[in-house]
Amino acid sequence: MSQYLWLIPALPLIGAIINLLVGQRLPRALSSWLAVAFMAAAFGVSVSAVANLFALPPEERVIHETLFQWIGVGSFSVNFAFWLDPLSAVMILVVTGVGTLIHIYAVGYMEHDSDYARFFTQMNLFAFMMLVLVLADNYLFMFLGWEGVGLCSYLLIGFWYNRDNLSVGTDEKFLSPRSSGTKAFVVTRIGDFGFTLGVLLMFWTFGSLAFQDVFPKAQAMFQVGAPVITIMTLLLFLGATGKSAQVPLYVWLPDAMAGPTPVSALIHAATMVTAGVYMVARSHVLYSLAPTTMAVVAVIGVLTAFIAATIALVQNDLKRVLAYSTISQLGYMFFALGVGAYAAGIFHLVTHAFFKALLFMGAGAVMHVMNNLIDMRRLGGLRKIMPITFWTFLIGALALSGFPLFSGFFSKDEILADGFSRGSIVLWAVGVLVALMTAFYIFRGVILTFGGKPRWKEGEIISSGDENAHDEHGARGLHPHEVSAVMWVPLVILAFFSIFSGYIGLPHVLGENWLGNFLEPVFHETPIEISAALEWTLIAVSAIAALIGIFIAFRFYFSDPKIPARLRSYYPGLYSLLANKYWVDQIYEYTIARPGRWLANAFWLDVDGRIINGFADGLGRAFRGLAQRLRLLQGGYARGYALAMLIGIVVVIAIVVMRP
Amino acid sequence: MLTVTHYTILSAILFAIGALTFLIRRNPLIMFMGIELMLNAVNLAFVAFARFLNNMEGQVFVFIVLTVAAAEVAVGLALVVAIFRARDNVDVDEIDALKG
Repeated sequence: MSQYLWLIPALPLIGAIINLLVGQRLPRALSSWLAVAFMAAAFGVSVSAVANLFALPPEERVIHETLFQWIGVGSFSVNFAFWLDPLSAVMILVVTGVGTLIHIYAVGYMEHDSDYARFFTQMNLFAFMMLVLVLADNYLFMFLGWEGVGLCSYLLIGFWYNRDNLSVGTDEKFLSPRSSGTKAFVVTRIGDFGFTLGVLLMFWTFGSLAFQDVFPKAQAMFQVGAPVITIMTLLLFLGATGKSAQVPLYVWLPDAMAGPTPVSALIHAATMVTAGVYMVARSHVLYSLAPTTMAVVAVIGVLTAFIAATIALVQNDLKRVLAYSTISQLGYMFFALGVGAYAAGIFHLVTHAFFKALLFMGAGAVMHVMNNLIDMRRLGGLRKIMPITFWTFLIGALALSGFPLFSGFFSKDEILADGFSRGSIVLWAVGVLVALMTAFYIFRGVILTFGGKPRWKEGEIISSGDENAHDEHGARGLHPHEVSAVMWVPLVILAFFSIFSGYIGLPHVLGENWLGNFLEPVFHETPIEISAALEWTLIAVSAIAALIGIFIAFRFYFSDPKIPARLRSYYPGLYSLLANKYWVDQIYEYTIARPGRWLANAFWLDVDGRIINGFADGLGRAFRGLAQRLRLLQGGYARGYALAMLIGIVVVIAIVVMRP
Repeated sequence: MLTVTHYTILSAILFAIGALTFLIRRNPLIMFMGIELMLNAVNLAFVAFARFLNNMEGQVFVFIVLTVAAAEVAVGLALVVAIFRARDNVDVDEIDALKG
C-alpha cells in the first residue's frame, strides 16, 4: 500500500508555512480560505485512510508507516512513524472534521481582525501538532505533538497580546490574554514534566518507546500491580491532568477563554484538551496493569467533574460556563477510563467534540454580533434575532445535558452504566448529580442568553474594559443580527452531528454499539455483564437527572426569576465559595505562585545579583586596582626605562655569575 | 703583549660610556650614538674572543650585529624625523605620551 499517512499532518503544516511566509501580503479571503482548504484536504486524506483501514479484517486494522529514523543511539531508535489503528482513526476524523468546520467558522469570526494571517498560521500549526500527537507510533514523537499543541495553545490564547482586559460591559476582572497564555503554558508545563518523567521511566524499563514494543513487553514482564508500572502510569496521568485540565491542574482552562472563540472551540473544547484522554486510552495496556492508578484516574475524574460543574452553576460569563463544562465533561471521560471503559471514554470524547464545539461557536456568534459582550446578565432576548444560532445552541445544550436521544445522552449513559457496574456506586451517584447540574447550568445559559426580554438596548454603546481594543466593530452601537452563512453553516453541520453522533454507540438494550465494536481490537474490553432491567433503570436515571436539571433551570430563570437571588441570600457562604471558584486560584497564588516568584527573585537578585555577579565584579575590580598601582611604573621617561633595563641586566648577570 | 683581557676591558669601558651616553643625554641623535657605541663594544669583544679561541663564529656574529645596527638606525632616525614633524621638538624627556 502506498504511503500517504504523513500527508494528514503535513497538509496543515504546508498551510501554516504558506500563511507564515506570505499570508500577510495575501488578500484576507485568500489567506483564510487557504487555511480552510488545507484542513479540508487533511480531512479528505483522513477519510480515505480510514476507509483503507476499514478494508482490513478487524484484528489486523493497523496501518504502520515509517518515514525515517529520528534518533538512533545503539539499539535505541525513535522514528518519525505514523500508527493508524481504530483509536487514532477516530481521533484524526474528529480533529480534521471538527477542525475544518471551526476553520470555516473562524473565517467569519475573524473578519474584522487585521492579523488574520498570524491567526490562521497558528491554527494550521495547531492542527499539524495535534495530528502528530494522535498519529505518532511512539511516545517521544507523541510528546513532540504534545508540546507543540501546548505552544500553539499559548500563542492563540495570547492572540490579542496588546489588549489588557477583554471583559466588555461588565465589572468582572479577568486575566489579560498575555497572562492567561502564560498561565496555561506554565500550569500545563507541570503536567508535562510528569509526562517526561513517565516517558524516561518507560525507556529505562523497556529500552524502547514505540507502542509495538512497549505494550507486549509490559504484558510479558510485569504482573498486575507492579510498582514500576504504577509509578509510570501515575506520571503519565500527571501529564494528562495538565493537558486535559483535571484536578489539580485545571485552573488554566477558564482563563484560556481570553483567546478568540474559534480557538476555544478547537483547542480548549474539541481537540487539545482531549489529548490526555487519548494518551491514557492509548496506554490502556499499561493502565490495566496498574489498578491503583486506575482508581486514582476514576476518582480524579469524578472529582473534577463535580468541582467544575458546581463552579459552572454561578458563572456569569457564558464562555466561562462552557469552559467549566468542558473541564467537567473531561472529568467524565477520565471517570470512564478509570473504570476500564476506554471505548465509553472515547465515545464521549467524540460526541463532546461535536456539541461543545457547537456551543462555543454559538457563544462566539453571540459575541460577534453583540460587540464582544458575553456577560449573561446583560444578554437575553436573542432567540428571535438570531434563530439559527439559537436553535443550534439549543441542540448543543440538549446534547450536553444528556437529553434523551441526543448524542450526549448515549455517551454519558454509557459512562454512567460502566461506572456503575465496574466502579463504585458512590462514583456513579456523583456522576448522576453532575449530570443534573450540567443540565441546569447549560439551560441557565440558554435561557439567560436567548430567552426572556433583552437586557440591552438597540444602538447601545458597550464600554470596553480596554482602551487599547482597536476593534472597529466595538465602536458602533449594538445592532445584533443573525450571523453570516460562513458562520451558521458550520453550526448547522455540528448540530446535525450533535444529534446523531450518539447513534454510533447505542446501549446494549437498544441496539449495536458500533463504535465499541470498532475500537474492540484496540482495547480488548470484556463487555459488562448487566441485566436488561438494570440497564433500563440506569438509562432512566440519567434521563430523569437531565430532565430535572432542565426543569430547575426553567423554574429558576424563566418562570420565577427571583429564586436565584433568594437562594444567594440564604446561602451567602456557599455562593461566594462557588463564585470565587473555591478560591483555588488564590490558594495557588499564595502557596505556589508567590513563593515561586519570591524564590525566583531571591535567586535573581541575591544569588545571581549579589553573590555570582559580586564575585565576577570583585575579581575585575581587584585586578583593576592592582593595575592602577602598576601603571605608575610607566613614568613615560625613555631614559628611566633604559636605566631600569640596565639595572635589571646587571642584576641578572650578577646572579648568573655569582651562582656557585 | 696584548691579551684578551685588555680587549675585554676596553670593550667594557666602551660599553659603559655608551650606556652612560644613552642614560644621560636627552638628544635622541646622541642617544643613538650611545647605542652604536654599546653595539660596537660588544662587536670588539666578539672579535677578540674569536681571535683568541680561533673560532670564526664570533666574527660571523659581528656581521649580523652590524646589519641589525644599520636597520635599527634607519628605523630610529625615521622615528625621530616623524616625531620632530609632529611636535617640533625631539627632547626625549618631553616625549611621554605613554605615561601611565
